[in-house]
Order: sequence, then structure tokens, then C-alpha cells
Amino acid sequence: MKKKVALLLALILVFSMFAAGCGGGDDEAEYAGTVKIGVFEPASGDNGPGGKQEALGVQYANYVQPTVEIGGETYKVELVEADNESDNGKAVTAATNLVSSGVSIVLGSYGSAVSIAAGDVFKEAGMPAMGITCTNPQVTKGNDVYFRICFLDPFQGTVLANYAWDNGMEKAYCLSKLGDDYSVGLANFFMQAFKAKGGEVVYEQFPDKNSDFTGYVANAKKQGCDVFFSPVSIEAAVLIIDQAQAQQLGMPILAGDTWDSNKVAEAAKGTDVEIIVTTFYQEGGNPQFDEGIKAWMEEDSTALKNNGGNTDLAAVTAMGYDAYFVALEAIKAAGSTDPAAVLEALPNVEYDGVCGKVVFGENGDAVRDVAYVKKCNNETGKWEFLAEQTV
Amino acid sequence: MELLLKWLPYILAGISVGGQYALIAIGYTMVYGILRLINFAHGDMFMIAGLMAVYLATALPLYITLPMVLVLTVILGCTIEVVAYRPLRTAPRMSIMISAIGVSYFLQNLALYATGGLAQTYPKIEWLARTVNVFGASTKMVTLVTPVLVIVLVVALVMLIKHTKIGMAMRAVSRDFETSQLMGIDINRVITVTFVIGSFLAAIGSILYFTNYTGIMPTSGGMPGLKAFVAAVFGGIGSIPGAVIGAFVIGICENLIKGANMTTFSDAFTFVLLIIILMVKPTGLFGEKNIDKV
Amino acid sequence: MTEERLTTGCLSKKTKYILSAASIIAVLVLVWVLEQNIPPTSQWSMLFTVIKKGAIYSLVVVSMNLLNGFTGLFSLGQAGFMLIGAYAYAIFAIPVEAKESVYQYYEPLIGFSVPEILSNAMGGAGTFGGTMGEYLGVIILMIFAGLITAGIAFLIGLPVLRLKSDYLAIASLGFAEIIRTIFQWDGLGAVTNGSNLLRKFPTFSSSLFPLIVSGLCIAFIVMLINSSYGRAFKAIRDDEIAAEAMGVNLFKHKQLSFVISSFFTGIGGAMLAMFQATVNATPFTSNMTYELLLIVVIGGIGSVTGSVLGSFLFIACSEWWLRFLDEGKFLGMEADFMRPGFRKVVFALIIICIVLFYSKGIMGTREFSWDGLISFFRKLPSRLLNFFKRLPGRIVNFFKGLPGRISGKVKKLSRNTKNSKNNHTKNTDNVKEAR
Repeated sequence: MKKKVALLLALILVFSMFAAGCGGGDDEAEYAGTVKIGVFEPASGDNGPGGKQEALGVQYANYVQPTVEIGGETYKVELVEADNESDNGKAVTAATNLVSSGVSIVLGSYGSAVSIAAGDVFKEAGMPAMGITCTNPQVTKGNDVYFRICFLDPFQGTVLANYAWDNGMEKAYCLSKLGDDYSVGLANFFMQAFKAKGGEVVYEQFPDKNSDFTGYVANAKKQGCDVFFSPVSIEAAVLIIDQAQAQQLGMPILAGDTWDSNKVAEAAKGTDVEIIVTTFYQEGGNPQFDEGIKAWMEEDSTALKNNGGNTDLAAVTAMGYDAYFVALEAIKAAGSTDPAAVLEALPNVEYDGVCGKVVFGENGDAVRDVAYVKKCNNETGKWEFLAEQTV
Repeated sequence: MELLLKWLPYILAGISVGGQYALIAIGYTMVYGILRLINFAHGDMFMIAGLMAVYLATALPLYITLPMVLVLTVILGCTIEVVAYRPLRTAPRMSIMISAIGVSYFLQNLALYATGGLAQTYPKIEWLARTVNVFGASTKMVTLVTPVLVIVLVVALVMLIKHTKIGMAMRAVSRDFETSQLMGIDINRVITVTFVIGSFLAAIGSILYFTNYTGIMPTSGGMPGLKAFVAAVFGGIGSIPGAVIGAFVIGICENLIKGANMTTFSDAFTFVLLIIILMVKPTGLFGEKNIDKV
Repeated sequence: MTEERLTTGCLSKKTKYILSAASIIAVLVLVWVLEQNIPPTSQWSMLFTVIKKGAIYSLVVVSMNLLNGFTGLFSLGQAGFMLIGAYAYAIFAIPVEAKESVYQYYEPLIGFSVPEILSNAMGGAGTFGGTMGEYLGVIILMIFAGLITAGIAFLIGLPVLRLKSDYLAIASLGFAEIIRTIFQWDGLGAVTNGSNLLRKFPTFSSSLFPLIVSGLCIAFIVMLINSSYGRAFKAIRDDEIAAEAMGVNLFKHKQLSFVISSFFTGIGGAMLAMFQATVNATPFTSNMTYELLLIVVIGGIGSVTGSVLGSFLFIACSEWWLRFLDEGKFLGMEADFMRPGFRKVVFALIIICIVLFYSKGIMGTREFSWDGLISFFRKLPSRLLNFFKRLPGRIVNFFKGLPGRISGKVKKLSRNTKNSKNNHTKNTDNVKEAR
């Protein structure tokens, strides 16, 4: 028995080495070659749902535009996906894996923490990387190869704080997740701006893997706050809404771009929890894109499943779509698939996308000064446009 | 009175979650009492029971899903015992414990594969999930149901152990494995029954727990599992009332700590309690004294 | 094994030393040459990830084996000690000008960086002396990380090591969780940066660094195991009461093993921090300890060689070789069930099989020796020959015996449900061991 098991194990190992050794070698008769774009997104873990929605945008863009012209020749674009598991430790190996698979540029990731953790890998390899919706300033600061096409948390935090203050909210309960750079960062920038306005804040953090939000909701009520600010992951959002309903929270929940997801809206459907978010894109902003991607999702059952079962668009999907085209522009401008050439061309790329114009400014951050404020309609479970907000 | 009202939401939450820990803790304490094994996979089985309900509910109505979850969890528990623990009866204790850790690792990864790493939302059981008002504090119905159900189940279990033949056999085996064998007790049967009861209660616990906290992740079983184990140690491992009291103490204290704005430490408190009890009274509140035989 | 050594111990001690030294140098040179020639964009560059992480894990697993395999202390606090090591290194290594951007929300309390101070003292950045100073600083900090970890382990050991097996396991697990919480606590933000990432500290880029550091540390552990202390540890593992009767101070030796193991775990943690280039407390959970424990089991409880082999195999499988299971393609086959996560299920199944059917792991309690290797290769041809000679007969026997075995299993099953007399005798042994 033991010997057989051992033999089996040995066989598996040998096979796997073969499989790892081979691989690649596609049929490329019609094209001059292949250019690979790395998609560095979480497909599992806390940020799994968001990462999948962001990757959807990239996949749809690849479906719309599967080729790119480089120096007069047509290249096929291949997406290489690596799951960073929403985990800082795993992010490093996933990034190394992407670099070693010969990509020209990397897109992502959803969730700033993994982007910060993997930043050094890209830096060392001279691999251009483009954040899609990672809003923490640390992602691009001091890293010459990391760019991003979205706004930053100091901006978003201020927008949210202004919105709260202008609507007569004076005491805010802030909740972030321990060890999550996105939520901790945004909560801190919000608190700074809110305190500067004269507001009062209560700040708490919940540990990893926590699913019990009873205490936090109760605390917000006990402290007599006017607004519940919790820019956390979608997973936690669903649980917070559930508890808020059970305990009759009685104050609006304010959150950042992560909450702009159909999953959150669905959780709020049929409850009386008021949810307000800031985001990058408003469905209906570009009808042609909306229709196209919805038709594509109807066709592709995996895509539909990854979007949470319906075709309501998340802003991150639209951002992913834009990011893909910005990457193609950079590759075109570079006239080569070499990462170093792409890196050189990237800062000067300008692109007019569905979420507005992308121009890279200081630190490789896109210049953006508008955020959309949306509110969840509790009857229909859809997002409704509220206002366009600048600082 | 005002103070009480202020703390009421936390106490309610604590009683509720404590009851759910209690249901898991009984499984730990019974298995440990008989096999001297920390069944690390118990918490993960609790998580799998939750996932089963999620997947079954997509195809079946709730009144079929829930009984099926109970049955399937019991089958799973017994399968784990037969496959992973029974072959190692004669092996050193460390091997069985490692096997338990291996099973836990497997169940977590299986759940990760099945869910794709995404949190699943537990099916809504209307009656349990509806909001009720208790002295001005809003909470879910399940908060009130849990302690009642726990007490009923524990009383039933204690009766079973005190007054039936199999219960007598269980007591005998946990007191002295060797002698009870010589007396003609079928050890394997007793162990199977233990796992049946443990898994059954874990399944009920999962229904209550996940109705309260609706998100299930592959790692959801870890923390409740560890806390339930600490509860079992606190109450004196092998003692069922001890485990239940320990679980309520942990559940309530944990929530009071959250109420005192020390949320970072709510999980660590459980382990501080564990270490204190191990230092001061290693046998726990109601544990019997262990005599080392040379 | 011992018997073989007696019969084939043909190499002199001197030859063995030369062979060992030569092979170590050969491996290092090979890695160096490969590093010069494989660019990071090649798919073979994953090899270096495996070497780096494998070397770090080897050290941590060997030190866990020192505790669990050689001293018989079933401790599950490893992740917590790695965390201390990683933080101790990172906090004191972040360059001064980077502190502001790392500690975004706090005023950093530690206003200096050890590698930087030494680098400036020995000639400043950019010069040869400065670089050497930085290396020296890194090494001093790693030792410091080990010492801090060992110190905390000493304090934890005072109460915990008085507990018996399972209680020891669960108490050390509890301490690891408490450590994790403390490091995430806001109140210590000025030192630990709260729950946020620590980064921008000096890291290594060559795989030679972790290989050499882990090699030296493991060599020290091997020497310890072969010393009189090591014999005392093994005596405690085999029978505490007998060991005490022979005059071994139980508590002192347990404490020694615990502290030394933690020292090297701390160094491993510091190296892990360097490998990841960032540190935060979130991933250092009990699951990490379980993973380490499973590697110990795969390699063989009580074998240093096994732990090292196990670590490299485990890392290679989980990071590299088994990734194809997630990608849906395998030797041209395409299957829907192969989606992200499948790799881990297969992996977990392999581990359970090892635990159940192959509980001695790869090496059991054996160690690598040149004599063993030579005799293995000497006997290999005859073994293979025998194997193939007997193979046809075995296959025939297997199919001949199959019907009988199946019916036997069925009978056994039905007998088991009625009564299980034959299990009773087996159980008696277990009980003796358990109580």
C-alpha cells in the first residue's frame, strides 16, 4: 500500500514538472506575434468579488479589441491572469509569476494593499504596472514603474467628508479593517478632512476574518453618531448591511468606491438602510459601452457569474475596460512589446475612456478631479445618481 | 437600569454567539473526553455545514434543506472519523492530531475550490432572521431562540448520557478506555455515536450562527472553532455543562469588550482567558483531575 | 540503515568532509551561474522564488522539527515567533528618510536605521565600505531579531512548558494569536505602524543570501542535535520520566530547546520579511503554523534532511509545479473542474495520504549520509532488476487476489458493525500510550 502511494506521488510530481516545463506554443499563423498583458487581480479572498468585476472589464475590452498594431504589424493580445488571493504574501509570488510569464505590462490590482506589496517586484523587474482602482497614495509614491488611472484617497476622503458635513452630519463613526491599506487609508483621509471641518469622529478597526459586526453597529448607535463610514470590502459590506438592518442602525452608511457594486445594492434591497458611495463611473455615462458589455455578459455565463449573477455594472468594470485601452495605447506608442519600451512610453499616453480622460500627472497618477456620488434605491436594489462632486 | 439598557445589545449578542459556540464546543469536549484528540477539523466541519445549506438551498426548499444539512453533516463527521482517525487508533497521539490538522487543511481548501474563494450568503430563514425588539434593543429572532434551543439540547444530551445504555458506555469509555473494552463495550460504536452527536450539534450551531452572521468564507470555521475549543478547556474538557458555561462566558465577554471600544482585543481575549485558566486551574472549571500513571 | 552503515562504511571521514564541502560549493556556484543567465522574464525564474522561499522555510521547519521532532514538544506557536522576527528586523531597518512615507498615520518612535548607521560609518552609501556596512547592519539586525524572539519565547516558555502535550499545543497557539493582536494594535502604532504595512527596508535580491544564512543556521542546529544537549532532548522525547530519572533537568532542557528553536524561527521570520519586501501581521495566522507542521510531517518528524527536502518540495509544488492544475490545461487535456483552487485540493489530498499511509514522511528519522547514498546507488541496479523480475508475477497475483480481497473487505465491514473484537487488542496499546 505504502509503496503504491509513494509511486503515485512520484508520478504526479514527474507529470507536473513536465507540464510546468512545456506550456505556451500557441498557433500564431495569422498574427505577427503575441503581446501579453498581465492581469494582477484577486480572484479569491476578501477582495475576490471586486477583483473579478475589475478583471471583467479587461476581458471585455480584450473581446472588443483582441489585436494591436505595433509598427505596422498586427499582434494578438493575450491576457495572463494571476490571482493574488487578496493576500500580501501571495501577492509577491503572483507578481513574480506574472513577470516570469513574459508580459509587457501589468494591470491591477483591486485593493491597494496587494499593489503596494507587489510594487517592489515590478520595480525590480522594470515592469510597467498600471493600477486600475487602487486609490491609496502609497501605490505609486516612490515607485517609478507604477501608474494608475483612478483618483486618490486624499481626494476621495475629502469629497466624502465634504458631502457628509454639507448634509448636516456632525459625528461620524469610522470603521476599517486591520491590515487593509485601502480601508485604513481612506478612513484616515476622511477623518482628517472631517475633523478639519469641525466634525467629531469615532474610529474602530475589525480584525481579519471577522464576520460578526454586531458590536460595531451597536457601538455606532451607542455613541450617537450621525453617519457610519465604512470603506471596507464587499464581503464585509454585505454583513454590515445585514446587521444594520437587524439593529435598526438609523443613520446613513457612507462608503468609497468599493461599495459601488451590484452585490452591495442587492444586499440593501428590501431593507431600510441608506447607503451613499462615491465612485468613478455612473451607469448610463456611455450607453454604447453599457449595451455592449451587457450583451457580452448575457452570452458568457462565466462572466455573468463573476459579475454576481446580473448585468448591473460596477464602476471598477468600466475602469478595467479603460485600463486595457490605455495599455494598448502605450504599447502602440512604444512600438514594441518590450516592457522597458512600454514603461518609457506610458507617462505620455493620453486616452479618452468611458470614465473620462486619462492623463498621467505627478507620481504617475492620473489627473482626476471629479467623483460621482450615488445612492442605493432600497426598493429596486439599483444605484441612483446623486451628484457630481469635486473638492 | 440605564446602564443595563446601554449594554443590552452587547449582552444579547454575547448570549446568542455564546450559545452557538456552545453547540460547537460540545463536539470538541465529547471527542476529547473519549479519544483524547483535539479534533481540529471540527470547526471546518461547521463551516462545511454552512456551505451545504447554501448549495442545497439553491435547488431545494428550506424545509428539506435544513434536515438534509443535519444528515449530511453527521455523515461527513462519521466519514472523517472512519477515514482519518480510525486507522490511526494505535498510532501515537501526535499523529492523530496531525491527521486532524490535515483534514482541516483539506476541508478549507475544498471549500476554497467550491466557492472560488468568494463569500457565500447564507439562505435567509425568515422566521429566525426577522428583526425583533427586546427592551428597546433591536436584534434578530435567532438571538432569542439560540439560548433556549441550547438549553433544551443540552438537557436532552445530559439525559441521554445519564440514562441510556449507550450513554453509560460513553461515560465508561471516557473514564477508562482500557477497562471498558475489557468489559465488552464496543469502542468503535461509542466513538461513532460521539461523532454523530458532535456533528449534529455543530450543524445546528451552523444554522444559528450563519443566520446571524450571513457570510460564509472557507476560513469562517477557524475562529469559532478555536473559541469553542477554548470554551471546552475553560469548562473542563470532557464536561458538557462546563463547555456550555465556558462558551457563554466567552461569547458575552467578547461582546462586552467590543462595547468598551477595545475591538482589536476581542479575539485575543479568548486566548488570554485560555492561558489564565491553564495556569491557574489546568483541569478547567468542572474538569476531573487527571492522574498521571507511570 | 544502521546495519548498512556497518557493512558499507567505506568512505573515510576526510573524504566525506571533502565531498560535502565540494557539493555545497558546487550548489552555490550553480545557483550563482543560473542567476546570471536566467532573466526575470523567463518562466524558469520561478526557480529562484522556490530557492529563496524554500531556503527560508527550511530554516523555520528545521527549527520547528527541533521542538516537535527532537524534543517532543508539540508547540504550535511558530507563526507568532516568525512575526516577532519579521517585525524586529523591519522596524529597525527602514531607512530614516523612508520612515515618513511608511508610517503614514503615526509619528515613528524609532528614529534610526541600523544598516544605514553602519553604512554611513563605514564610508557612506555608494562606496564599497558603505555597502559592506549595510550588509553588516542587516546581519546584526537578523541576529537581533532572533534574540528578541528568543527572549519573548523564554518568557512564554516559563508558564507554557509546564503544560502537557495537547495543552501545550493549544496554549502556544493562543500565545501566537495574542502576539498577532498586539502587533496590530493601534496603541503601538508609533513602533509597529499599527496594522499597516512596513516596507522599504533593505532586502536581498540574490538567492545565495537565504541559502547561505539558512545553511549556517541549520548546520548549527545539526551540531546541537548531535551534542549532549541533543541526546538529552531525544531522551525527553522518548520518555520524560526515564529522562528525569537519568538526571536530565526536564524544564531546563525544554526551555533551552524552545528558546533555540525560537531564535532560528525569528531569523527565518526576518528573512521572510526580506523576501516579501513588506511585512504586516495579517498572514501570520495559525494556518501558517499548520502548514509548517505539515511540512515537518512530509519530511519526517525527527529528520533534519527530511525537513529541508520537504520544504523545497512543498514550496516548489505550491508555488510552481502544481500551478497548471489551476490553469485548466494539463498535458493537452482541458477540463472545467481545473479552475483556481483545484491545485490546493489536490495538494491537501496528497498531504492527507502522506499522513495516513506514509506517516514516516520522506525520511522517517533517517538523515542524509554519504554512505547511505552510496549504498543506495550500489543496490539500485539489483533492486530495479528484482522489481522488474517480480513485476509480472505481482500483477498477476494482484488480479488473482482481487475478488478475494473485495469479499474480504465486505465481510470485514459487516463484522465491524456487529462487533469489533480484533480492534480491542490494538486499542489497548493506544491507551497505554495515551495515558
